[in-house]
Amino acid sequence: MHELLRQAGRAITPGTYFGWGEVTIQSGNLVIIIAMLALFVLALLLPFPGGRSRK
Amino acid sequence: MNRHTGPAPETPDLETGLYTWTGKSRRWLLKQLPPEKLLPEDQPSYVASWAYVFGMGAVAALIFIIGSGVVLSLNGPQWYHVSGLGHFLNSAHLWSVELFFMFMVVHLWLKFWMAAWRGGRVLTWITGMVAFLVSIVTAFTGYLLQTNFDSQWIAFEAKDALNAVGVGAWFNVANLGQVFMWHIMLLPLAVGAVVALHVVLVRAHGVVPPLDAAETDAQLKYPSGSAPENEADQP
Ligand code: HEM
Repeated sequence: MHELLRQAGRAITPGTYFGWGEVTIQSGNLVIIIAMLALFVLALLLPFPGGRSRK
Repeated sequence: MNRHTGPAPETPDLETGLYTWTGKSRRWLLKQLPPEKLLPEDQPSYVASWAYVFGMGAVAALIFIIGSGVVLSLNGPQWYHVSGLGHFLNSAHLWSVELFFMFMVVHLWLKFWMAAWRGGRVLTWITGMVAFLVSIVTAFTGYLLQTNFDSQWIAFEAKDALNAVGVGAWFNVANLGQVFMWHIMLLPLAVGAVVALHVVLVRAHGVVPPLDAAETDAQLKYPSGSAPENEADQP
């Protein structure tokens, strides 16, 4: 019973939030969005390996 | 087409298709998607870019989702909510979904900014959009299956919205058994079918050239046969 309550307590921690005025975002969501933006930029900038080997 | 040496017969092979639905379908399919388009050996040079990789990244993640999902459903929650290996596979399933959505969204952004619906590719864009929407519903039912406080909260927030649009009686998020069936049967089949159609459409139309390719790409400027003699003349 105690173990269950302890686990339940851990399961309902809300997580870390960042906020700027009206905007609030949970840390996990923010990390994912930044990672996607980074992938987008890298996909445009990084050269594709072996791309020039065929004509 | 006609290899007979004598006088040409009245009805060459192709004509037979006019009379049966099988023949008509075959002719239509072969015209839309000849084998060399379905399984091409090479692609235009502009495809050598990371911008064309994320669609297949999403497909790869989807394969991992389905593989881990099959193992999870065959063993059941008494296994994956309790054992170490079960937890691991459950997590592998979740992380494949995270990657799936990240690749899909980056793919969507890239295709949006290259206006990849050009040249009769509207249906490719629409099937992509439908894939996105169906995937969101699938992920939603997945979160409901956690059977913890999170899923309870999500379900009871969602039920009001679903009742408001009038589908609550058929899609009842408080009915765990029903949500289970949606998540492991109906929605995965829908995602699979839409993605398959999406990829086949990409094959049928060929990969869309970049917006400025017409001025810079040798293959578009000089379609096969009309290439300049001297390689150095090519842009
Ligand atoms: C279930 C998620 C999806 C999967 C598995 C998927 C898969 C693919 C693949 C493998 C390709 C060809 C390679 C490439 O260009 O990356 C492709 C092309 C394309 N995708 Fe998706 N896609 C998905 C979602 C979407 C979404 C959400 C959109 C936009 C609403 C979209 C729009 C397009 C378009 C317009 C093309 C054609 C590009 C061309 O003709 O070159 N896709 N997709």
